Amino acid sequence: MYIIVVGGGKVGYYLTKTLLTEGHEVLLIERDRDKVETYSERFGSVILQGDGAEASVLAAAGAARADVLIAVTGEDEDNLVICQMAKHKFHVGKTIARVNNPKNEQLFKLLDTDVTVSQTNYILGLIEQAIPDRAFIHLLNLRHADLAIIEATITDKSPVAHKTVGEVDLPVACVIAAIARQSDVIVPGPDTEILPHDEIIAVTHRTEEDELRRLLVLD
Amino acid sequence: MKVVVMGCGRVGARVASILDHNGHDVTVIDTNAIAFRRLSPEFGGDTVLGTGIDEDVLKSAGIEHANAFIAVTNGDNRNIMAGQVARTMFDVRDVIVRIYDPVREDTYRRLGLSTVCPTTTMSAIIIDQVIGASDSYRRAESRES
Repeated sequence: MYIIVVGGGKVGYYLTKTLLTEGHEVLLIERDRDKVETYSERFGSVILQGDGAEASVLAAAGAARADVLIAVTGEDEDNLVICQMAKHKFHVGKTIARVNNPKNEQLFKLLDTDVTVSQTNYILGLIEQAIPDRAFIHLLNLRHADLAIIEATITDKSPVAHKTVGEVDLPVACVIAAIARQSDVIVPGPDTEILPHDEIIAVTHRTEEDELRRLLVLD
Repeated sequence: MKVVVMGCGRVGARVASILDHNGHDVTVIDTNAIAFRRLSPEFGGDTVLGTGIDEDVLKSAGIEHANAFIAVTNGDNRNIMAGQVARTMFDVRDVIVRIYDPVREDTYRRLGLSTVCPTTTMSAIIIDQVIGASDSYRRAESRES
């Protein structure tokens, strides 16, 4: 795959390094001449000096034949415009933007960025998962189908404790995908009994996440 | 008319001052408080400190009731993004965005933004004047001969 990375900060640097190791054809676009020099010594000629929002730079980078463009500069406005230029002027198949202000994720999606990565939201999510005693955790959004993957820890007081999966009256757009019990992972059938201390992994439509929360953990 | 102007440089300050003078309800946004000194001493509108690519800043500037949004900071990308926020998230009727880079200007005009490109406009005026000057010079020469 031919991948263009724009922005040679820490994220761009390690991204380029990893993608190269994985055997992809990679080009990193960076504005700062000193950085370009240092990186060129390390990576060879896969670095292009210039402003990635500039059409002439994208043209020189061969954007027209790129499969993916990833914009990871420190500025949201630059990442947005770089992705839009790549998409609308060079018809790059997939554009990925780093979003610094989590509020911009929705805007970026409305404006045709294929994938957004919000470090802030990602770290918040990790913090949520790391805090004990949180019975219901939102793990992941699946963008296209508007689905979410959640994890719920069952307690003695949980409304579904000691019921079988078949007995649980799940919301329509929910499915229990797996149950983690101690070190085992169980793929549940209708007769599988839900026990206290089970960790339930479920896929749910986002509109039914709250209902599922009430059903499984009762807040 | 309610107008939000982002960027209080020479152009922003002038546009805001004139619109205010003409009786419009104007709010100016800039990241630097000192920039507001460029507004005319009679300016009666509001000023908001912050960046116009932040929805919360735009809201405090009254974007939800604005009829027009004008993005004239020095950053093309900032203007483009703020203009798209105003249009997509707040449905502002008239969004005018300054873009210095002619290629970017062309791309976003095609995507439906109302754009102003000082580079092409200024070049056209200068070229007109140069050609006009040389034409009248040639006319003068031909009269003399």
